[in-house]
Amino acid sequence: MNLPDTQSIIRRQRLYEQLFIILGIVALLVALLTLLALFTRLAIDGMPRLTPDFFTSFPSRFAERAGILSAWVGSFLVMFVTACAAIPLGVSAGIYLEEYAPKNRWTAIIEINVMNLAGIPSIVYGLLALGLFVQIFGFGQSILSAGLTLALLILPIIIVSTREALRGIPGGIREAAYALGATRWQVVSDHLLPYSSGGVLTGVIIGLSRAIGETAPIITIGALTFIAFLPTSPFMAEFPFISFKWVLDPFTVMPIQMFNWTSRPEEAFQYNAAAAGVVLLAMTLLMNGIAIWLRYRIRKTIKWQAAPLQQRRQRNRSCPFHNPQQPHRNSKRKHASSTFITALFMP
Amino acid sequence: MKNISLPVYNEKITALIGPSGCGKSTFLRCFNRMHDLYPDNRYGGEIRLFPDDVNLLSPDVDPIEVRMRVSMVFQKPNPFPKSIFENAAYGLRVRGMNKKAELEEKVETALINAALWNEVKDRLQEPAFNLSGGQQQRLCIARALAIEPELVLFDEPTSALDPIATASIEELMLELKEKVSILIVTHNMQQAARVSDYTAFLYLGEVIEYDETKKIFTNPEKKQTEDYITGRFG
Repeated sequence: MNLPDTQSIIRRQRLYEQLFIILGIVALLVALLTLLALFTRLAIDGMPRLTPDFFTSFPSRFAERAGILSAWVGSFLVMFVTACAAIPLGVSAGIYLEEYAPKNRWTAIIEINVMNLAGIPSIVYGLLALGLFVQIFGFGQSILSAGLTLALLILPIIIVSTREALRGIPGGIREAAYALGATRWQVVSDHLLPYSSGGVLTGVIIGLSRAIGETAPIITIGALTFIAFLPTSPFMAEFPFISFKWVLDPFTVMPIQMFNWTSRPEEAFQYNAAAAGVVLLAMTLLMNGIAIWLRYRIRKTIKWQAAPLQQRRQRNRSCPFHNPQQPHRNSKRKHASSTFITALFMP
Repeated sequence: MKNISLPVYNEKITALIGPSGCGKSTFLRCFNRMHDLYPDNRYGGEIRLFPDDVNLLSPDVDPIEVRMRVSMVFQKPNPFPKSIFENAAYGLRVRGMNKKAELEEKVETALINAALWNEVKDRLQEPAFNLSGGQQQRLCIARALAIEPELVLFDEPTSALDPIATASIEELMLELKEKVSILIVTHNMQQAARVSDYTAFLYLGEVIEYDETKKIFTNPEKKQTEDYITGRFG
């Protein structure tokens, strides 16, 4: 092959590359701009309604008096029930699958199906919950039913993230603990659980931020759309001071409140829906933000391959050209990380 | 592995040498039943621990109990991401020791025995990862010593360390043999010659030769041993 031929081939390949880059950018912009447009629209429509009164008022027949008090309180309580149910179940299942379960065909089947569970449409969970929690268990159309339904929904997310977090712990740590005579439970509770807590927590938050926006399963179990009262207070003046009566109270949640408002004919309610949308979006983004921040912190703090890093640092120190600030910065970061680990792991 | 029969003497260092994949580490892992943790494990034969003449490999013996008596130091330093103190104390905590004074005393003894005390005594609450590689390995040795084991297994304890750290660990082992029995796997022939009293040469899962270290390295009986030691194969 002669030189001009080679050059023309290269030119052609370059052209394809350019075309693909342009295509990629366009594809990205379509997704991003749509999201941005949606959010801007929502914000413009909703902003005027985002007054303190909006958060402290019950829904009303009059759009300008309506608020999201019962909705956000409902969302908060449902999330609380969801977290209480999903975290212990999901984390224990994850630990069992990763550390205890024998590695055979049955475990493999269970693993695949846990993954599949994450892909089941949420309305199916709603139907299941309607039969199981609302009717058979007799929990009614209550906060408890909704919380448990959403817990089922996010269970696979928590199981998978727990397993990922456990898998990230080097085998040497397990070996070290077992070699000292620790039982499996001691290895899990003294080492694996504390060291994986960051990853587990991230999974939990991502799961909860998904659950908070779920509408379909909650409508299926029959949440009310118009609630002008709060559930029973969990705190009481007299002994035992804490009451769990609220779990069986009827409720509404943010997405349902939005759904209710968007289905009204009056235009003023659409602005309410937009405002509630902004609040819901902010809640979700906040939760995702916390998850990202946690993951970032944990990645920075627990460095398993500490030995090579140490050697590098020592080399730095003895190197005559090293930046004098470097050891200082390193030591500062190390210190911060150590306190963080202590804060996180010490009960 | 087959046809293995060798004594590991009290308060002496016994070294296992041989090419990669000859079963040294597997054999070592039988001594504290770490081999139980690997899938598809199977035991045959017996390992008797004196003075009570218990067969460590017997299915009636709880592997946890074995690990309480026989501790182990691994190839790569593997401290827990906890404080230096907690690392050294973990074996004691597993044994249900919770009194602060007692823990402190035992940890101090272990760190002194591991020749680490002077370097860390003022920063016991710092994370163990702040130590250098060699210090981390000595911390792992302290962790293994704190439980006052009858036998300590070393699985290539210096292969991840630089020559200076290696020298300090070797020196440490020579001091330790006053107190405990040591069984060490090493890829480093000079190391075996320097530290051990007895040496076994393993090849393809079989003990080719076992004798006093001096004899193995100066006047081996078998041709294979001589070839390996002089670097002609393996």
